[in-house]
Amino acid sequence: MAYLVLIGTRKGLFTATSDDRVHWSVDGPAKLDQDGFTAVAEIYAAACDPATGRVLVGASTFFGPSIWRSDDAARTWDEPEHAPMAFPQDLPYRPLDFSETAGIDQPDSPETNTVKRVWQLAFGPGDRVWAGVEPTSLWTSDDAGRTFTFNQALWDHPQHTTWASGAGGPAVHTIVTHPGEPGKLTVAISSGGIYQTTDDGATWNGITKGITVDYGPDEAPESGQCIHKVTRDAAGTLFAQSHGPAYRADRPDGGWTNISATLPTNFGFAMVAHPTRPGTVLAWPVGEAMDRTPPNARIAAWRTTDNGENWTSWAHGLPDENYYGTVMRDGACTDGDPADPGWYFGTRCGDVWAAADDGHWHQVAAHLPDVLCVRAMVTA
Amino acid sequence: MSTDVKIPAALASECGGARHLTVDLDEHATLADLLDAVAAAHPRLGRRLRDESGRLRRFVNVYIGDEESRRLQGLDTPLDGREIQILPSIAGG
Repeated sequence: MAYLVLIGTRKGLFTATSDDRVHWSVDGPAKLDQDGFTAVAEIYAAACDPATGRVLVGASTFFGPSIWRSDDAARTWDEPEHAPMAFPQDLPYRPLDFSETAGIDQPDSPETNTVKRVWQLAFGPGDRVWAGVEPTSLWTSDDAGRTFTFNQALWDHPQHTTWASGAGGPAVHTIVTHPGEPGKLTVAISSGGIYQTTDDGATWNGITKGITVDYGPDEAPESGQCIHKVTRDAAGTLFAQSHGPAYRADRPDGGWTNISATLPTNFGFAMVAHPTRPGTVLAWPVGEAMDRTPPNARIAAWRTTDNGENWTSWAHGLPDENYYGTVMRDGACTDGDPADPGWYFGTRCGDVWAAADDGHWHQVAAHLPDVLCVRAMVTA
Repeated sequence: MSTDVKIPAALASECGGARHLTVDLDEHATLADLLDAVAAAHPRLGRRLRDESGRLRRFVNVYIGDEESRRLQGLDTPLDGREIQILPSIAGG
């Protein structure tokens, strides 16, 4: 078997390849463009499609955001001649910041909405690709990521008046696909909530009710929560890491169950479900008070195999000295290998590790710029 | 009227490797007119310089003669036959 890992960092895209997920060869930073300015671009989004070998990368450069594409597993790159996405300029400006008008359209403002950053890319069936973007918006491509269409229905959702910015910016940062359920998609917004469509984006339902907050007067609002990550297991159950506890929703319209009782903290970002074992999920908790570092200064994945009822630390092979690098919301993934899935995560200290189920973590890369996203696939 | 535009090395491949462009414009043309013409001929170079609202990107500086356009009338600045130089600010540590 051969494996490819895409490592998006604060300064460029790195790639790692391996035949055994133990010994790795690392390359980068990649020059996605011919002049090389993408070698220092922020890479918030990467996606890979094992069915085709296709890779998409969202880069934020000195010259604005764009999407690069590779059809040969990250060896060569191409970018559309025209902008892959552009906000309709007849929309009223919507500040999504920390001001008193956050989330409220400003028709009299001379400002307009513009694409600031691509936070998430996700492949769908055929040539379908979804993009989650800052400012908070969802975009759809049906030509494999060359051009994208703005999803007006999500933008117009009545709850947008409760949306604002997280510390990193206001974005649709998570896109959860539902294989076998055509037209269904779940997205997460920070800050804003979780939204689901069953008609391919024509209409959206807010499904955040039940996720509590300790940073607002209403402990259980309908929307506006700061959601850090949502993942879906093989049985279709959604798991969420909020800006607070972790949750499980067997039926999202029936609410969410707090599953943080045996996690070391009520805070974290990354959360990844097992591709084939229902109820198995990995999380990377972060100190919930002022110490936004790994609990007890020990880097570890935390794993549940019973839908979040019990969590245990999985740290075999990871450093046993103090470690202060956290795992960002897209800093972890699985390669999706149905026979023997591999797990991957990277930290803000620029370290990346990989492990097969129940195995030791092996270092993929060290001392990179801080890791923003990690994606992996089987290439042969 | 021909206007000369100096292209930075970091963007040269977006116009076939050229470090200079010559753009024919009306004698009353403004910087916006010039950038529209550049974008029409080289769409990717155009969007490196301006976002979809038409504003110059944050780290893109355009000098008209020896003055940065933001210190003049911005995109409405008449070119008056002056040479144009695009200089990106490579910021950050």
